[in-house]
Amino acid sequence: MIPAAFAYDRASTVDEALALLLDHGADAKLIAGGQSLLPLMKLRLARPERLIDIGRIDALRGVRTAPEGRLAIGALTTYAQLLETPSVMDLALMADALPRIADVQVRNRGTIGGAIAHADPAADMPALLLALGADVVARSAQRGERTIPIDDFFDGAFSTALAPDELLIEIRVPLPSGAYGSAYRRLEQPASGFAIAGVAAVVGQSGGAAGRDLPIDVVRVAVTGVGDKPYRATAVEDGLRGTALDSAAILSAVASIIDDVSVQADIHADRDYRAAMAGVMARRALEAARDRLFG
Amino acid sequence: MGSASARVAIQLSVNGRAVEAEVEPRRLLVDFLREDLDLTGTKVGCDTSQCGTCTVHLDGHAVKSCTVLAVQADGATVRTVEVLAPDSEQLHPLQAAFVEHHGLQCGFCTPGMLMTALDLLARDPDPSDDEIRDAIQGNYCRCTGYQTIVDSIRNGAAVMRGEPALRWALDGARYAQPAAGQSAHSQSAAGQPVASRHAAGQSAHGQPAAGQPASGQPAAER
Repeated sequence: MIPAAFAYDRASTVDEALALLLDHGADAKLIAGGQSLLPLMKLRLARPERLIDIGRIDALRGVRTAPEGRLAIGALTTYAQLLETPSVMDLALMADALPRIADVQVRNRGTIGGAIAHADPAADMPALLLALGADVVARSAQRGERTIPIDDFFDGAFSTALAPDELLIEIRVPLPSGAYGSAYRRLEQPASGFAIAGVAAVVGQSGGAAGRDLPIDVVRVAVTGVGDKPYRATAVEDGLRGTALDSAAILSAVASIIDDVSVQADIHADRDYRAAMAGVMARRALEAARDRLFG
Repeated sequence: MGSASARVAIQLSVNGRAVEAEVEPRRLLVDFLREDLDLTGTKVGCDTSQCGTCTVHLDGHAVKSCTVLAVQADGATVRTVEVLAPDSEQLHPLQAAFVEHHGLQCGFCTPGMLMTALDLLARDPDPSDDEIRDAIQGNYCRCTGYQTIVDSIRNGAAVMRGEPALRWALDGARYAQPAAGQSAHSQSAAGQPVASRHAAGQSAHGQPAAGQPASGQPAAER
């Protein structure tokens, strides 16, 4: 299969990319690893007039420690690089998810920035970053840099808050303070590996050392594969905050996992099944996160 | 600024050879390798980033060349399956292991399996069977089945580490080094034939065991 013809420009620096986006943003697609975009272009489900290749901008690659105890992950950092970065793999939900995203070859090319800018409603990375409370840093030639909270980033299926002239620079992940545990659990469609329902959970006690007799005051639960975009399950979070995360409390709270969500249906899972599996994955993720917190 | 019809000049290293070309931006790396450079060892299978038979190394990492544009490989180092046995006489140890351990039947997936396995072995020269299976998750085989491919990679890895070839294994967890002076896989240490892996499902004479399909060739005893 051959993509429709397109014009091609390569940006060697962030400034070059921003200048190209200023001129062509409305008609162009950025390409980094291309692991989501190229398959769509080969099927001609996407026919951009122009590709702006940012794959060689080394300044956007790699993970560094940023102020306020944050990890700053460059937009072009590949899944394979994340897998080799101890500060990322120390986050248990990342260690759960990353080895199971796609396959070796795709992880060697696919980037974290591409994953969230593409905003596939069944992708794993959006749920992981929602549960972690990440910030997305974007830059444009005319308006400079801004920080978008991840909760405001996903507009819908394949749609984000990024403006046509904006380049995603990096993702800042706060490292939870105090004691915390996290987990990611996914029911995957066996051929594609995409989530039928995937749930990422972060639970914690911000006061410091973990103790079973202390209430949980940090609960973040994020869901992918279920709605038309990845989302925070705030009703579940509210139901668990202040509890001891006992199994009865979890079971009760996850009944709200699809509150206010339009559950998607496809040939792999109808609405009822997908909703039920969202609850199961939420329970498993929360129990695993709790066990890690207290482990 | 490029226009939609403009070809783009690229320079890259392919199997150690400097290559210069002008390509359409939409030219896929796999088509560039096969059709422009005549390197047809790399196969096109699904053409949808699933099957992995188009796997090559791009700057040392396994990638699916059906899902990379040739222009994205500008300035890069590409290695294809042809680099493994440049004179066609002396197989790479991993290729030899695939021959020895029935790692292929039709051979269509083999170039991708080899290149993916070499990506793994560059990171981990002594992987477990689970790690091998995990590494080839993005490579489909539709005829041999995966056990013999895992056997081949495990054994090829041993040879690449400078260790003697391992004998046939009934399962991945139990295998033994051959005794000195004996061939790697035909005799047990006591001189008795080592059971073929097919013995579990077929008799040595090719009669199907109960529950096994009668079609197919008898397994050749080695």
